[in-house]
Amino acid sequence: MAILVDKTTNVLVQGITGKQGLFHTQQMLAYGTKIIAGTSPGKGGTTIEGIPVFDSVRAACENHKIDASVIFIPAAYAKDAALEALEAGIKVVVVVTEHIPVHDEMILIAYARRLKATVIGPNTFGIVSSGKCKMGIPPNQFFIPGSVGVVARSGTLTYEIVGNLTAQGIGQSTVVGMGGDRVVGLTFVDVLKQFEQDPETKVVVLIGEIGGNSEEEAAEYIKEMTKPVVAYIAGKSAPPGKRMGHAGAIIERGKGTYDGKVKALALAGAKVAELPFEVPGIVKEIIDKESSQQ
Amino acid sequence: MKMFEYMGKDIFAEFGLPIPKGRMVTTSDGAALAAEEIGGPVVIKSQVLSGKRGKVGGIKFVDHSEAAKAAAQELFGMTIQDLPVEILLVEEKLQIDKELYLAITIDSATKQPVLIASVHGGMDIEEVADEHIIKKYIDIELGMQNFIACDVVRRMNIPLNSSRGKELVKIMDRLYKLFIQKDAELVEINPLVISGDRVIAADSKITIDDEALYRQQDLPHVEERTKAEKAAHDLGLSFVELDGDIGVMANGAGITMGTLDTLSYYGGRPANFLDAGGGTGVEGTAKALELILSRNPRSIIINIFGGITRCDDVASAFASIKKSRNIPVPVVIRLVGTNQEAGRAILKDVGIEAYDFMQDAIKKAVELAGGN
Repeated sequence: MAILVDKTTNVLVQGITGKQGLFHTQQMLAYGTKIIAGTSPGKGGTTIEGIPVFDSVRAACENHKIDASVIFIPAAYAKDAALEALEAGIKVVVVVTEHIPVHDEMILIAYARRLKATVIGPNTFGIVSSGKCKMGIPPNQFFIPGSVGVVARSGTLTYEIVGNLTAQGIGQSTVVGMGGDRVVGLTFVDVLKQFEQDPETKVVVLIGEIGGNSEEEAAEYIKEMTKPVVAYIAGKSAPPGKRMGHAGAIIERGKGTYDGKVKALALAGAKVAELPFEVPGIVKEIIDKESSQQ
Repeated sequence: MKMFEYMGKDIFAEFGLPIPKGRMVTTSDGAALAAEEIGGPVVIKSQVLSGKRGKVGGIKFVDHSEAAKAAAQELFGMTIQDLPVEILLVEEKLQIDKELYLAITIDSATKQPVLIASVHGGMDIEEVADEHIIKKYIDIELGMQNFIACDVVRRMNIPLNSSRGKELVKIMDRLYKLFIQKDAELVEINPLVISGDRVIAADSKITIDDEALYRQQDLPHVEERTKAEKAAHDLGLSFVELDGDIGVMANGAGITMGTLDTLSYYGGRPANFLDAGGGTGVEGTAKALELILSRNPRSIIINIFGGITRCDDVASAFASIKKSRNIPVPVVIRLVGTNQEAGRAILKDVGIEAYDFMQDAIKKAVELAGGN
């Protein structure tokens, strides 16, 4: 078990022949991801890394059963690619691409919602069900199987925290990157609900940041959860009104502040780490305590 | 990208939204001429991107063109939040019966546009009590249908069969078209003035999505970034100037924020936020260092957790810069991840011992800056 994707997931790579698409296809294959097909308009009928390439998502679906798609298509064309995957009936679509116009994001997410499909991203590192399936760009070596579910808005901060978990021998069930943009397909609550249901996940790590109100909403749900949640919120020292790298990471009109998020999470019973490197220690304490009780 | 009020009003006019009679000017003589053309009392408004200009005297009302010249001269001598006033908008002074608020923006939580309206316009919307704010989320697949606008007008307690009610429905429809067609993040009219039978946009605030500028080439360009921030943006780096004395570079928005937080925790003050992103080559790293040095820091922390970024690439880039130019302040580097051994060997050759843990490296950088 894991959430959203696992070792049986048949994966399509859209934009498989591009520089990024090809490099990450090699990396995903090395991780063990079951990549079944790729698309690249005009290159249908060829193969790359032993993977058959099709002109369109429909063409790939006519020949293979596809469960999920990962998109490596430049920003100006990414909406079209995501809509194409959704229209073909694919239920999990990972949009790695950054710099997509926010109106395009609203359109593709509204469409996904209508089809009851899941969009991970845009502007995400992707998703890893450790040891089973990686869709996206995280470095393979930091992800080992285990019982910690991780959900985050930021990529490298996730690598920092997951890398430190792994260094201490603590593995992960699934690591989900929601994406750094203002409008993304998933919310923390969507992912927390799945972790709560997943038998493999014992502890959840939530990596948030300033801006928006996704963490505050998560806090409301955490109150109902049976599984322990450890949280870290980046941006304590960020000045208001400045975008800190991510389009969504901005304190606007007094909303989305660090203090507001931390207070809500702590009140909901989450253990909040003040600094990123404190997370693995807190997780380890929880795991050790639970195993000593068994 | 934020637009000046006068630019926003040009766009309003393009979409058939009613605006006051007026003209943008860059000289005080121009202001006098514009006032004469308009005739009668006028308002002269400083064109700056920061809000609150009214509160600092950036808006003046005068009765005739002679007074317009004097008022304009005074405004041109002003700076508002460090920005000199270089452009003025001269407009007819409206007779105000009532001030409304109307805006469309993007709601991250529901991932769709939201129309916000209030009959308590004219002040900051944050200062308006929640019960006086009407919010209508708009299904982007439906768009602004007539019934949606009508229902908002009903909720504002404005009779639908009145001329102002009918006018408002039209304004909402046109404002939504503008929002969609111009890739806006925010379109705001505050106040939307009711003046007799007319309903007029007395102000305009428009923010265009930066990521969509490539397909909005018709729009005038407004540069909000500082010179250094712009240079960074052109290199694909994300750079924000802060007011401390320790230079910061990391790879990724989240880890950069985490670095700033840790730095502050240990009593240091960051001079900047610099997210160097993924695969930064020698040139990118060199430029990033230049940007950091331009802030005259007392020490520099480079925090790299290499995933896609390869440690040996970062180390080579740094080593070649260190050989070619004098770096006048101490640099502390934390380097782990992909190809870390190779990277550390390269750094060792130029006399730098890389750290394993970010907290240790950051503590050192704070100490070297003179700490607290």
